[in-house]
Formats: sequence, C-alpha cells, structure tokens
Amino acid sequence: MPTKKPDMSKKRLLWTLFKTTLTISAFTFGGGYVIVPLIRKTFVEKLQWIDEHEMIDLIAVAQSSPGPIAVNSSIIVGYKVGGVIGAFATLLGTVTPPLITLTLLSYIYEIVKNNAYVQMTFYGMSIGVAIVIVDAVLTMAKTVLSDKKWFPLVVMILAFVATYILHINIVLIILSCAAIGALSILFVAKEEAK
Amino acid sequence: MGVLLQLFWSFVQVGLFSFGGGYASLPLIQEQVVMKNGWLTAQEFTDVITMSQMTPGPIALNAASFVGAKTAGIPGSLVATFGNVLPPLVIVLILAWIYYRYRSLKVMKGILYGLKPAIVALIASAALSILLLALFNVQRLGEISDYSLYAIILFVIGFVFNFFRKPNPIYIIVGSGVLTLLFFVIGIPI
Repeated sequence: MPTKKPDMSKKRLLWTLFKTTLTISAFTFGGGYVIVPLIRKTFVEKLQWIDEHEMIDLIAVAQSSPGPIAVNSSIIVGYKVGGVIGAFATLLGTVTPPLITLTLLSYIYEIVKNNAYVQMTFYGMSIGVAIVIVDAVLTMAKTVLSDKKWFPLVVMILAFVATYILHINIVLIILSCAAIGALSILFVAKEEAK
Repeated sequence: MGVLLQLFWSFVQVGLFSFGGGYASLPLIQEQVVMKNGWLTAQEFTDVITMSQMTPGPIALNAASFVGAKTAGIPGSLVATFGNVLPPLVIVLILAWIYYRYRSLKVMKGILYGLKPAIVALIASAALSILLLALFNVQRLGEISDYSLYAIILFVIGFVFNFFRKPNPIYIIVGSGVLTLLFFVIGIPI
C-alpha cells in the first residue's frame, strides 16, 4: 500500500495527531496491547501515512523501550509523521483521557470507599482481576518458554526467587537480567563463529 | 513541594524500568506506591488495578493519575503522569532515531532475551500477592490462616470460564463484581 504524505499545514497536522490519539486512548479500555491494532488501523489503513512493514518495525522499537506500550507506540508514530513536536502531540493526546478520568475517580473513591455495597462490588471485582492477571501470567510464561531453551526458564525462576522470597530491589533484578541477556547473545555469537 | 518531587521521582522510576508494557509496570508501581512510600494500602492498590481495567489508558498512567491526585491533588496527578511518560519519551525518540539510522538492533535483542523471562517472573510475583489478597485476605503465602469459600469457588469457575471462552477481561471483572454485590444484597454469606 503506497503511503501518502500528509498534505496539510503543520498546525492542522499536529491537531489531527492529537485528536486521533486522544480518541484512541479514550476508548481503549484495559490499556496495553489493545491500543496497537487501533493505532495501526488508523495510521496505516485510514490515513495511510505509514507503510504496513514500517509500522511493524515501529511497534518493535516501541516495545524495546520501557514504558507503557500505548504511550511508546503513540510517541513513535507521532515522531514518524510529525517529528519531535509530532511526538509531543500524540503523547499529549494519549495521556489526557486517563489523567482526567483517574483524577476524578480518586476524589469519588475517597467518598465511597467505606460504603458496604461499593466494598462488596470491589471485593468481587478484585477476584475478577485475580482471574485476569493469573491468566495473563500463564499466557506470558508460555510464550517466553515456547522455544524450549533452558535459559529463559532459569532466568524466570531466579528472578521470581529474587523478588518474592529475597525481596531484592526490582530495578536491580531488571538491570541484571538485561545484562545477562546481552552477554548471552555475545556468547552465542562466539559459539557460532567457532 | 517534597511530596510532589517524590511523586515525580517515583513515577520516573516506574516509567524507566517497566519493560514489556501492560502488567510489567505492576510490580514496580506496587514497590514504589505501597512498599516504599505507603501512599496506598495493599487493598487500595488492588482497587486501583480494578479501576484501571475499566477505564481508558494504560495501568501505569492510571495509577500515576490516581496516586498523584490522592496524595497531592491535581498538581500531584500532573506531576506523576509527566514523570511516568518522561523516560519513555526520551528513550523512544532516541531509539527511533537509531532505528532510522541503522534499522537493526542486535544488542537490543539480547537485552530483551534476558528481560522477558524476568519480567514474567516479576509480574507473577505481583499476581500472587493480588491473588492471595483476593482469596485469603493476606499478602504472603506463609500467612494464610483463613479463607473465603465463596472467593475460591468464584475464582475457579471464573478462571475455567475465562480459559475456554476468552471473553473481554472487563466482562470477567464486572461480572465478578456484580455477582458478589447480588449475593451480598440477597443475604448469602460471602
């Protein structure tokens, strides 16, 4: 699919970027991976500003960076279409809906959190959350271990012991595992070279 | 002023180290917000996750807005959100620049290879404390003394249903909430 150059003034372009990501963010519940297909649909299919293959690369780059996927994907799409200022426009569009919603909710929460009916509903929902999260963990574990190598399994067990039993600082665990991963690639490359 | 700075710095760390998106930020938020600074209790933290599953936007941003507003009002909410997106903004822009220059990221692949299993383990640890809180009202495995039969039954039925039907997570969460409220209203012991 050939991509079009956005033919509009810089001001209108930024407004379009802001408006588009604001709408996507406002109607994406649960966050995370749900937003990626929506961004793709808008920028690849509807606006045709980004080519399909480049979009996949951009998402991969977005996932290599820390931070919420929704945020990272909007930043990189904004950068691609409108440069650094474009990235600011899409970022602003993405953060505005949760910022407003959760700020309002925090005030309501303070008022209603001791109400018995509210407490019961939240209690029930926390069981639902546990279901969803346990399911997500099992799915992620299956994906990470799908290549049947021992390395990911060992890292996973060590990291779990380090955090749950030994209470080692999470940042330290993340940095160590990143370093081990980078070293493992160097080691594999050397093995293959022999 | 001190608390605003602390909010900013805490969420900078959450933004900087949550690789893998979605639930990856959970253990980091938990560490900063519940354990280190005591801005939320374990119960309130679970409530925030519940809310963020039903409201638009990523969990980390939702938590930042909520905790910020609860701790220091609207300025707190703004500062925490800004802190949370600042590291990704800088890093994504740098990576995007590198991508357009070199288009291949070998070292990044290695880093991700080590990171992914670690992240799953960290999320599993956070998930375990959320599960224990929901079913046994404790935070650690060794502390279990009492249990709610209702919670265990609801969890098992919901988990099996979720496994086979794969509905939108919102239905599972809202469904569990509505069912529990219903039982409470008609007087079935929970």
